[in-house]
Amino acid sequence: MTVQELPGAAAYRPTPPPAWKPRIDPAPLLPDPEPHRVLGTKAAADVDPELLLTLYAQLVRGRRYNTQATALTKQGRLAVYPSSTGQEACEIAAALALEERDWLFPSYRDTLAAVARGLDPVDALTLLRGDWHTGYDPRERRIAPLCTPLATQLPHAVGLAHAARLKGDDVVALAMVGDGGTSEGDFHEALNFAAVWQAPVVFLVQNNGFAISVPLAKQTAAPSLAHKAVGYGMPGRLVDGNDAPAVHQVLAEAVARARRGGGPTLIEAITYRIDAHTNADDATRYRASGEIDAWREHDPIRLMEQELTRRGLLDDTVKEAASEAAEAMAADLRQRMNADPVLDPMDLFAHVYAERSSQLREQEAQLRAELEAEGDQR
Amino acid sequence: MTTAAAHSAPAKPATMALALQRAMRDAMAEDPTVHVLGEDVGTLGGVFRITDGLAKEFGDDRCTDTPLAEAGILGTAVGMAMYGLRPVVEMQFDAFAYPAFEQLISHVSRMRNRTRGGLALPITVRVPYGGGIGGVEHHSDSSEAYYMATPGLQVVTPATVEDAYGLLRAAIASDDPVVFLEPKRLYWSKAAWSPQEPAAVEPIGQAVVRRAGRSATLITYGPSLPVCLEAAQAAEAEGWDLEVVDLRSLVPFDDETVCASVRRTGRAVVVHEATGFGGPGGEIVARVTERCFHHLEAPVLRVTGFDIPYPPPMLERHHLPGVDRVLDAVARLQWEAGS
Repeated sequence: MTVQELPGAAAYRPTPPPAWKPRIDPAPLLPDPEPHRVLGTKAAADVDPELLLTLYAQLVRGRRYNTQATALTKQGRLAVYPSSTGQEACEIAAALALEERDWLFPSYRDTLAAVARGLDPVDALTLLRGDWHTGYDPRERRIAPLCTPLATQLPHAVGLAHAARLKGDDVVALAMVGDGGTSEGDFHEALNFAAVWQAPVVFLVQNNGFAISVPLAKQTAAPSLAHKAVGYGMPGRLVDGNDAPAVHQVLAEAVARARRGGGPTLIEAITYRIDAHTNADDATRYRASGEIDAWREHDPIRLMEQELTRRGLLDDTVKEAASEAAEAMAADLRQRMNADPVLDPMDLFAHVYAERSSQLREQEAQLRAELEAEGDQR
Repeated sequence: MTTAAAHSAPAKPATMALALQRAMRDAMAEDPTVHVLGEDVGTLGGVFRITDGLAKEFGDDRCTDTPLAEAGILGTAVGMAMYGLRPVVEMQFDAFAYPAFEQLISHVSRMRNRTRGGLALPITVRVPYGGGIGGVEHHSDSSEAYYMATPGLQVVTPATVEDAYGLLRAAIASDDPVVFLEPKRLYWSKAAWSPQEPAAVEPIGQAVVRRAGRSATLITYGPSLPVCLEAAQAAEAEGWDLEVVDLRSLVPFDDETVCASVRRTGRAVVVHEATGFGGPGGEIVARVTERCFHHLEAPVLRVTGFDIPYPPPMLERHHLPGVDRVLDAVARLQWEAGS
């Protein structure tokens, strides 16, 4: 105890009765002492080459998606784009650890996870373009709407996973959140509910170093974000978020554990956001360029290329195929995003309630009359 | 939900608490996707015993004691609804619901809209609300205006034993979220109502005329209905024949019933416990004035709680609109232009 105690204070301290003991030994819940890594270690040799090549192609595609979407922002086609450049390994390897029947609960930065899960690249940008809030039916690909408020999608993931288990379905929910989101109350409540209910949920924290401008040291005093798992009674894992096969391995283990009834896991992936928070942010105000350079050395695509080369899996054909597929995706994205979306203003009233109230019908009539008047003027 | 139940048992006095409990029980029995969750709803049966017996009858998975966390309760209910369940969530007291506001406003109310109709959330949020039971701070708020201001929510509040049953059934059956405000000082009000009898399920969004009259309309809901009925009775002695409209649903709002009544009587007073400034009454008065201006013989008045934080229990009787305050307002309806 470093706290200076007043004389006699000990006498007032409530002492648990002799029968009291911690319900769970915290030791098995403590996260890995070092971030789990595969690339550059002996374990890399055991990774299925198919998986390595798939992850590589997806990372290249994801990087291209980020640069294309950022360009669209500069052209005014997107209101905003929170780039995940540098974090592609977390996004993609995590999404690929899910089965089709599982659900993904992404935050606003997790467009790549949604796209890796099969979402149409244009649909993933609807929210950011501003023609609707969610451009897809969440049930089609089992992807919840990209969530703008921080961490509020985490309890949704818990409720869905819990409901699935009640129905007897072996469905797992993957909930993604950033380091800043771990300070929110909903993060705490979601983890607590998940652990109490032993819900089949995997929480993935992408620790990219900053919540907009606030560094992790000002966000939390915990030894690591994965350590928070101990307090909830679930295992915590720490993984190198730029090491795609490592992320995939840790996620796959947690998903499998949840699926067999083992309960939730909290995973912290250590990564870095190379770009600013969004185009509205000036990252030079809060971080040094030297820091970014160090992380560029540890780039997820670069790490994969090194490994693939070591294993003799990377040649010009593989590189070109990945690059061409990414360019094709970008060209298609560019072309479709450059077309002005056709919007029906009357849709404003279409999905507020299952049945329109008389008040909404009146306002609908008002808008219709305004539109007709506009049409007459043209 | 009219069922062919035996009509043999005569109706006995039943409380609103029992009617609410029966509504959940019947809904759970008919529909296996209906789940009740909240703090203390299981073993204890809720602090007001509204969920009494549900966990025993349907099991812990259908009536679940959750950790003490309102955002978590409502947030997990969102996920449950996404997977096809119909969660009925209990917020223990009005002011305890505030931690869940973000979930309610940012997600529950707008999931249908956000997903272009792809995903609707059939969640019922039960909130015991209002004062008059001597509750300490944070146990007596009338928070309906907050909910009314949020598009995508329906806001329902029963004032009778029959409506407590019928409207809660309708709320649970609704494909859109409902904030179901339970006037807790009416929990022990009684009516000749038998749970064995077929009970009506009222559509949400319809007000009802509780007492017909010709001289003026009292527009009210929830805990203020009995006050208004008593005032109407007392006003007879003064020669006032008051009509009393029970809104039952604040969103959607039944302009038709309310305005038809005001056009008949030409005078109106809105009565509720919530604060006047920024309260539900302002909206109601505006709607009535916009639609009935040429029928009005006097300004539409409001009798509301004061614009103060809900007072401590020993002073709440001064805050709550009572019969005398309603009668004073009625007297002021003898308004003459220029006076």
